[in-house]
Amino acid sequence: MKNLLKSTLAILGALVAFTSCNNSANSGGKSGALASNIAEKVYVAPGEHDEFYAFISGGYSGNLTVYGLPSGRMFKEIPVFSQFPTSGYGYSEETKPMLNTSHGFIPWGDSHHPDISQTNGEIDGRFIFINENNTPRIAKIDLTTFETTEIIEVPNSAGNHSSSFVTENTEYVVAGTRFSVPVPQRDMPISEYKGNFQGALSFISVEPEHGHMDIKFQLLMPGFNYDLSHPGRGKSHGWFFFTTYNTEEANTLLEVNASQNDKDFIAAINWKKIEEYVNNGGGTMMPAEYAHNVYDEVTHTATSTMKKEVRVVNPSDVPGAVYFLPTPKSPHGCDVDPSGEYIVGNGKLSANLTVHSFTKMLDAIENKKFDGEAYGIPILKFEDVLAGSVEQPGLGPLHTEFDGEGNAYTTFFISSEVVKWKLGTWEVIDRKPTYYSVGHLTIPGGNSRKPQGKYMFAMNKITKDRYLPTGPELEHSAQLYDISGDKMELLLDFPTHGEPHYAAAMRADIIKERSKKIYSLAENNHDYAAKSDADTKVVRKGNEVHIYMTTIRSHFSPDNIEGIKVGDKVYFHVTNLEQDFDVPHGFAVLGQNTSELLIMPGQTKSSVWEPTKVGVWPFYCTDFCSALHQEMQGYIRVSPANSNVPLKWSMGENIE
Amino acid sequence: MKTIKLMFLVFAIAVFVSSCKNETKDASTTSTVTTTENKPAERTGQAFIEDDESKPTVLNIAMGSKDHTTLVAAVQAAQLENALVNAGPLMVFAPTNNAFAALPDGTVEDLLKPENKDALANILKYHVTPGNYSKDFLKKFKKLGQANNQYVKVEVIDGEPIIGGAKILASIKAGNGIVHVVDKVLLPPTE
Repeated sequence: MKNLLKSTLAILGALVAFTSCNNSANSGGKSGALASNIAEKVYVAPGEHDEFYAFISGGYSGNLTVYGLPSGRMFKEIPVFSQFPTSGYGYSEETKPMLNTSHGFIPWGDSHHPDISQTNGEIDGRFIFINENNTPRIAKIDLTTFETTEIIEVPNSAGNHSSSFVTENTEYVVAGTRFSVPVPQRDMPISEYKGNFQGALSFISVEPEHGHMDIKFQLLMPGFNYDLSHPGRGKSHGWFFFTTYNTEEANTLLEVNASQNDKDFIAAINWKKIEEYVNNGGGTMMPAEYAHNVYDEVTHTATSTMKKEVRVVNPSDVPGAVYFLPTPKSPHGCDVDPSGEYIVGNGKLSANLTVHSFTKMLDAIENKKFDGEAYGIPILKFEDVLAGSVEQPGLGPLHTEFDGEGNAYTTFFISSEVVKWKLGTWEVIDRKPTYYSVGHLTIPGGNSRKPQGKYMFAMNKITKDRYLPTGPELEHSAQLYDISGDKMELLLDFPTHGEPHYAAAMRADIIKERSKKIYSLAENNHDYAAKSDADTKVVRKGNEVHIYMTTIRSHFSPDNIEGIKVGDKVYFHVTNLEQDFDVPHGFAVLGQNTSELLIMPGQTKSSVWEPTKVGVWPFYCTDFCSALHQEMQGYIRVSPANSNVPLKWSMGENIE
Repeated sequence: MKTIKLMFLVFAIAVFVSSCKNETKDASTTSTVTTTENKPAERTGQAFIEDDESKPTVLNIAMGSKDHTTLVAAVQAAQLENALVNAGPLMVFAPTNNAFAALPDGTVEDLLKPENKDALANILKYHVTPGNYSKDFLKKFKKLGQANNQYVKVEVIDGEPIIGGAKILASIKAGNGIVHVVDKVLLPPTE
């Protein structure tokens, strides 16, 4: 009897399980997290690491943020083009030169498209490059230290938007102008834009060992807007492709005037051919002014050099190097598939996606299938370069990424969705909504021959109700999708910082192994380093006072300083003597007109203080460094300008 | 009765087989998650972080010294490893094996017994100052506040700092402080 009861219960239980299964299938369609284990797919247990790094541009923050995938956790904000009080970047004497330009010191930038360095067409995780849109610059970030180590200004450019994409051996990082301008800049009527303004596409060479950047040449193109770009790869390595809009060359109300032509162009640039021309002395050196800022990890100091000329190349001087591929309706994204065969141009105002064939392009060039020319540049016949088009996939196509298995994923701003489609057959396989109005999307290993797949994330421009409200200003939202199956699956919604435009992502293992833990104190070659207490001193040069100071848990040396006068310019040169992972010290002094310093183990950083008031002012460590952090403080005595208080410094006198 | 059992089995299998697509697809994810759940238990704190770039911690230094095997055994018996790799700062007065051997017979063996763990920890903490000072700088002190809440006397004899009657034989800078090798075990004052 007992057994009978048991089995009846079991059968009942099984029946319940059966029906609940049906329920879960239903709720699965409504993204019921528990029903289909979605939560587990993004869960990274405490202490465990994410599988991928994502480097997401900060847009108007000027910076680059580092995230983990699939958790969507933010690990770091790397300051690039903007002053960053959190670390003192752009405030410390050592890093101020990083933000120097031909327009003077600029405390802010608009960062857009990060791209990771490559070797043989694969992401190598050594450097990441990112463009500044407003005052055209390209930055290099070293992925061993996650610090910005170089920034080069781009002359003759304006709205540096079709940037900063690297070729498959990081031969070049390429920066194209969005706004055409007079080249060289001059005083002229705006209405004379047409035929007079030019668009510079800059090929910045990258020295293999340290990644040092140098503008090899600038191609001076017709006065269109160069919107986005990507390198050829595999069979199309050696070419670079740029979308253009405003081929109408309008200078006012572009929303109407730049939408007149039925087709604009994708410009195809044979950079190998131009490189050869330049290597043989081609092009002309033109006077220019642009800053090249380099951060040295041994002196912990940046230097800014003003360059005085740049090599420019006129496309008509290098026949066979530049062609135009007609592409409908103001194309925005310009994306090349992993094989290098397909070039996707997403016409913002077109209902279809246009895909060009590299093979057909070469054939059209060889057989001179031209449809006229623009400013001496041959226009290839649309039908002869077209590989196919994706019909009516959505509204407002922007950007495309690839999974390495023959599929492409395109974002649609107006219809707020990502559409998965097949290369070659152009059929739509799946579509998933985004929240809301998606811009770029990223697949780890994108812009390479070997995308790493697994996940895709969409970066949206509009957040509205996705999170708890925070007043009128909201952080932008991103959505993470699992793309390992036929259909995309929404896994996670996470807030991002600033305005993410593009992002670069890759498997974590390579970067993780190389990440630096400390700077070697022995190798510190800073001019004002104090490598032990014996090196500490205070030196007066007129009204300049240099304090050579050290920090170690949990004191400053010296921590009592006297003999400073109102009107002095006081430099605190603080060396962190620690050689222990993750033990920075901070420095701040009352009334300082700049940010604190955050000094990494083995590093020296300097802060200027110009005291305006007589008194005894405290300074302290701003980073909770140790058990005795609250004791890590000191005093500096400021006397009247005419006082005779002698210069004196000490630490640890009169211990009770 | 047996048939009923069998029926139940058949039923259960049928339910399993007919379960919806979503669940079968997710079966693999569930199993991977279970394995990750077991991992964190192996790690027990900062003492176990792999780091060959940073300067060794005070614990690394003691463990790497053949003159300090007794001290290390004592630290392990008192389970103080994680405290010695902490951000500190830590100044450790590290008695040599000879210093321990100079204690009355049986003292060390006694202290290493599990029931004397607290007494041992108290003695060991009396060898640790929250701070980081060179041998020379120690001459400025009259006493040092130790991690067990008691003070140890500092004297200067023949130009050398003497800590609780012990001489400093050598000093080694550590990532999270400093190790001063001493020739005597410091015994906390009893009151």
